[in-house]
Amino acid sequence: MIINHPLLGPRDSAEFIYLGDASLIDRPDPEAENRDQAFYEYAYLRDNPAGEHRELWFHEGGDRSWLVVTRNTVTHEITEVEMARDVARTRGRST
Amino acid sequence: MHDLTQITALGGSDAETFSVAGVTCREVPEVALAAVAARMGKESPTRAAVKKAIGADAPDIARFAEASLCAFWTGPDQYMIEAPFETHEDIAAHIKSLTKVNASVTEQTDGWTRFDLTGAGVRDVFELLCALNIRDSQPGSAQRTSIHHLGCFVLCRAEETFSIYGPRASAGSLQHAIHTAMKAAL
Amino acid sequence: MTQINRLGGGQIDRATTLRFSFDGKDYTGHPGDTLASALLANGVRLMGRSFKYHRPRGVLSAGSEEPNALVELRGGARQEPNTRATTIELFNGLFAKSQNRWPSLAFDALAINDRFSNFLTAGFYYKTFMWPAAFWEKLYEPIIRKAAGLGSLSMKQDPDAYDKGFRHCDLLIIGAGPSGLMAALTAGRAGAQVILADEDFAMGGRLLSETAPVDDAPALDWVSAALAELSSLPNVRLMARTTVIGAFDHGIYGAVERISDHMHTPDEGKPRQILWRIYAQKTLLCAGAIERPIAFENNDRPGIMLAGALRSYANRWAATPAQRIAIFTNNDDGHRTAVDLHAKGVKIAAVVDVRPDAPSSYDFEVLKGAQIVNTRGRLGLTFAEVKQADGSTRILECGALGVSGGWNPNVHLTCHQRGRPVWNDDLAAFVPGRDLPPGMAVAGAALGEFSTHGALKSGAAGAKTVLGLKGRLPKLPKACDAPVSQTAFWYVEGCARAWLDQQNDVTVKDVKLSHQEGFRSVEHLKRYTTLGMATDQGKTSNFGGLAIMAELAGKSIPEVGTTIFRPPYTPVAIGAFGGRMRGMEFHPTRLTPSHYWAKERGAVFVEVGNWLRAQWFPLPGETHWRQSVDREVRQTRASVGVCDCTTLGKIDVQGTDAATFLNKVYCNGFAKLAVGKTRYGLMLREDGMAMDDGTAARLAEDHFVVTTTTANAAKVYQHMEFVRQCLFPGLDVQLISTTEAWAQYAVAGPNSRRLLQKVVDPAFDISNEGFPFMACGNITVCGGLRARLFRISFSGELAFEIAVPARYGDALMRRLMAAGEEFDVTPYGTEALGVMRIEKGHAAGNELNGTTTALNLGMGRMVSKAKDSIGSVLSEREGLNEEDALLQVGIKPLNPNDKITAGGHLMAATGPIDAAHDQGYVTSAAFSPTMGSMIGLGFLKRGADRQGEKMRLVSPVTDLTVDVEIVSAHFVDPDGERLRA
Repeated sequence: MIINHPLLGPRDSAEFIYLGDASLIDRPDPEAENRDQAFYEYAYLRDNPAGEHRELWFHEGGDRSWLVVTRNTVTHEITEVEMARDVARTRGRST
Repeated sequence: MHDLTQITALGGSDAETFSVAGVTCREVPEVALAAVAARMGKESPTRAAVKKAIGADAPDIARFAEASLCAFWTGPDQYMIEAPFETHEDIAAHIKSLTKVNASVTEQTDGWTRFDLTGAGVRDVFELLCALNIRDSQPGSAQRTSIHHLGCFVLCRAEETFSIYGPRASAGSLQHAIHTAMKAAL
Repeated sequence: MTQINRLGGGQIDRATTLRFSFDGKDYTGHPGDTLASALLANGVRLMGRSFKYHRPRGVLSAGSEEPNALVELRGGARQEPNTRATTIELFNGLFAKSQNRWPSLAFDALAINDRFSNFLTAGFYYKTFMWPAAFWEKLYEPIIRKAAGLGSLSMKQDPDAYDKGFRHCDLLIIGAGPSGLMAALTAGRAGAQVILADEDFAMGGRLLSETAPVDDAPALDWVSAALAELSSLPNVRLMARTTVIGAFDHGIYGAVERISDHMHTPDEGKPRQILWRIYAQKTLLCAGAIERPIAFENNDRPGIMLAGALRSYANRWAATPAQRIAIFTNNDDGHRTAVDLHAKGVKIAAVVDVRPDAPSSYDFEVLKGAQIVNTRGRLGLTFAEVKQADGSTRILECGALGVSGGWNPNVHLTCHQRGRPVWNDDLAAFVPGRDLPPGMAVAGAALGEFSTHGALKSGAAGAKTVLGLKGRLPKLPKACDAPVSQTAFWYVEGCARAWLDQQNDVTVKDVKLSHQEGFRSVEHLKRYTTLGMATDQGKTSNFGGLAIMAELAGKSIPEVGTTIFRPPYTPVAIGAFGGRMRGMEFHPTRLTPSHYWAKERGAVFVEVGNWLRAQWFPLPGETHWRQSVDREVRQTRASVGVCDCTTLGKIDVQGTDAATFLNKVYCNGFAKLAVGKTRYGLMLREDGMAMDDGTAARLAEDHFVVTTTTANAAKVYQHMEFVRQCLFPGLDVQLISTTEAWAQYAVAGPNSRRLLQKVVDPAFDISNEGFPFMACGNITVCGGLRARLFRISFSGELAFEIAVPARYGDALMRRLMAAGEEFDVTPYGTEALGVMRIEKGHAAGNELNGTTTALNLGMGRMVSKAKDSIGSVLSEREGLNEEDALLQVGIKPLNPNDKITAGGHLMAATGPIDAAHDQGYVTSAAFSPTMGSMIGLGFLKRGADRQGEKMRLVSPVTDLTVDVEIVSAHFVDPDGERLRA
């Protein structure tokens, strides 16, 4: 597959390591009351859609950026590629 | 002055050279490297420090810039400074003195080995080594790629001159891959 | 040796004669010949024996779709089975043998199978070989194995090299026939980066086989001119002998280029083949069409071939299988073969055309509304039996029969991403469907444009559309534009032993049987009969099979549909997929900075991932590894030893939030670690399992050097970047690997400090007070070389790790050895390293096996409750904190001569030995020279409370039961006095 890196342009997916669902960015609040349940779901439950999927790829063979790729798991069409750091910030992650 | 002798990545005292049909591969051990990563919010002063270090504007994405020294882009707000080893063995300390706390600086000299390839058929050789669009690689480009499972940088210094940086510990494997591709392609 | 069936003309170089041998006989041919054409020219029709029935077979086609003429090419280590004689370029000294026959092609003992055909129908192996059960392994299987398969392997290493290559283009054109050439001219002239690939060694496609003129001149003239122009364009790349094998995601195509297969031996340094990865912005598939046969009784004799192939052999290769031939056709194209062969002096017995309104000819007899109902000639066709329109029978004497059932557009690659072709009633053929691989378009006969003019126009238009070029189409040469009509006539009524898949020996009878037995899906038809499953993947037979199946099921052909087409398009040598990844080149080799010194010293090396590490350093006279390893352990603990530990991952962590970051990734605390101190760190996975351990040394407020295990270096770095970029993007921290940049050596033993004081520059106080246990710092050595010193110990001895830039590592090791002579310094390798850490009770990869937690490792209290870290929440789960949780212990045999085996399980001293009574398991074991016996580390339920308990260590798989005692994991210096000396 070809992943269109936001900075480097189209790159062969062989340069990347796939991690999994981009929901891994949304690490639960370890102080929250329901943290046990939240962490359990975070670590073990996934939707696994046949269709559009947002997922994390690590550009190991490139600039070492993490990317969030929106890919159709049936057709492999990739419709969006974002810097994971930007997605994380947008989703409220910081320190 | 310390009295320990150095050896090249290939384990010798002198650099090795290899030629096939007008293309030459030359080991280049006399290089000092320092990685520079801007700290949060300090991207601009870091670029200014890089400019001071090399005598030219900090390079754009996937490019290198060169004047007194050279710097190539390695990631978002990350650069590798390249200098002659003989005069810049203390490169990390030197660069840190310019960036100060605006950037994290790490010596990378012996993390890498370098081979320079020159000659008319050099792009044919690259076609057997890595997935880069080598025909489109213009002088000034600095790209990351994989050569036989080794993460490398490929810099296009001139129309027929490229530098390959690869991991030092695998220098033998990298050299073998380059030589094999030269014999196969040329 | 005259070539008795050689004709005039052709694209062969008669000025040069090539010598070759087939089945032990010598023949001659010319450059431009294939093995098949040369054999035909020499009067050889019999080229193989079929898979199941061992029926004599000849060549059916003139291309890569060939099912029958499979030979073993070359001998010795370069022998290649199942090579199609139709695609082998003849070279001088070529040596080939037919396959699947014994003792010879002319007399094959296994042809007896043909007599038992009633018992060997489709799926017979599902119904036989079951009784008696004992016979399967002893009798049936060996017999079947001997009989099965086609060619044979040499069983020797393939001496040839294969390369992987990478090319990029704006437009990849697959097929260099009229449509492909015209597309290349259109795109090339417009300045696009073009790759034109063709599996054949000569470009031109069908134009190489046809006599119809182009631009009022021989078609070959136009082909030559086109190729000359394309060669002159720097933006066009011609790749002949290149099969595009697969259409993969996002415009990535695989292509095998045969660099040396047409030569006797590859030139020095050259690969045999290159597997190209082509990154194409757009693709135009111009793969042409493949002719389809008609099924009739005994339609598989040597000499019976596709009519278009007969024409190719005559026109391109100046060869004919016989001097008297007949044609069987359901369309006009079959007549062309008769015309062309007649023009070359071959006698046409008749053209048998199923259509009552077939065209007549002045030059030969046309039997209209007639069908071939049988043939004769076991080792080669002698005559064909015709049922004429009026019902009467006619015998045609002929040595060859060209069969034309029409043409199938070659849609294979359009379906590689699960697309399906669609049925076109007008063409009576499948054409490309709507869901093509993104970026791909189709042109020419592959699209159903069967006329030459249609192909040329389609190629130009296709290139223009797919690239979005502006302006008019280029001027097309004049070419035949006759409409092509094909009729739906797939088989002769009443035929049974009529072959569909000639390679897997599948007949019309088998398809009927399959239907009768309830296999209704076309996918089931395929698997039950094996139709389309041979090396030709049914290119000339799939269609016939599904057409007959449709009739039987009372469905239309589109309702039945096709099976799935998958890469590779034609067989690919495994070597091509492997490329250079063989032997020592399978993966890169990483050498440590002291490698060359260690080699001189006679070290025995071991592969640790990609690294070569010294495993032990034998001294002269030592014959067994235990002698060396035991000595290295004793000597290090008695005085001093040095070990290269460069391979452990080193990650530089800097930034104003470096300590906060480490607090997140380690379960224990680092925020308060003082500058100049090192601390052991344990990293958990988010699910609470231990992931990796190492140390973090604080060289400055904003600067740490983190170590990881060798095996997990890359994984930990990836994880840390994930935490940095995705989880806590607000932290000011930067990471970079420095594993290879610094040579790092462990110097361990009571004399380690004294040794180091001889190399560390005097400005640095490394006494116990000046540099206490777990200290770290930047220093200089040997008169000013920058270095780093860490007082950490894996061995349990007084120990340090010293690091210098890798280029000085060799010199430093030699200096340490020289300086250490007075202390009898010994280098030690990974074995002694392992023994010592087991003696000390330090966890390593065996203990951090992905199922163990900090608690299991005896580090439960290390997981800080005062701060959040990766894994801390889930590490508190009930299930991971039960009362009888596994805890790390030491294991010692009661009898010091007994073996402790890693992987063995711990059972109570008495009672059943089974999974229900399992108490724990051993993770690491070694002979301990210090303890005088083997020792082990492992996990035991409630291990802390069971010190001194006698148990049994069992390994049922290796029949081992040993009486053991549970002891502290810290066999050596449990109070850590040596560490703090």
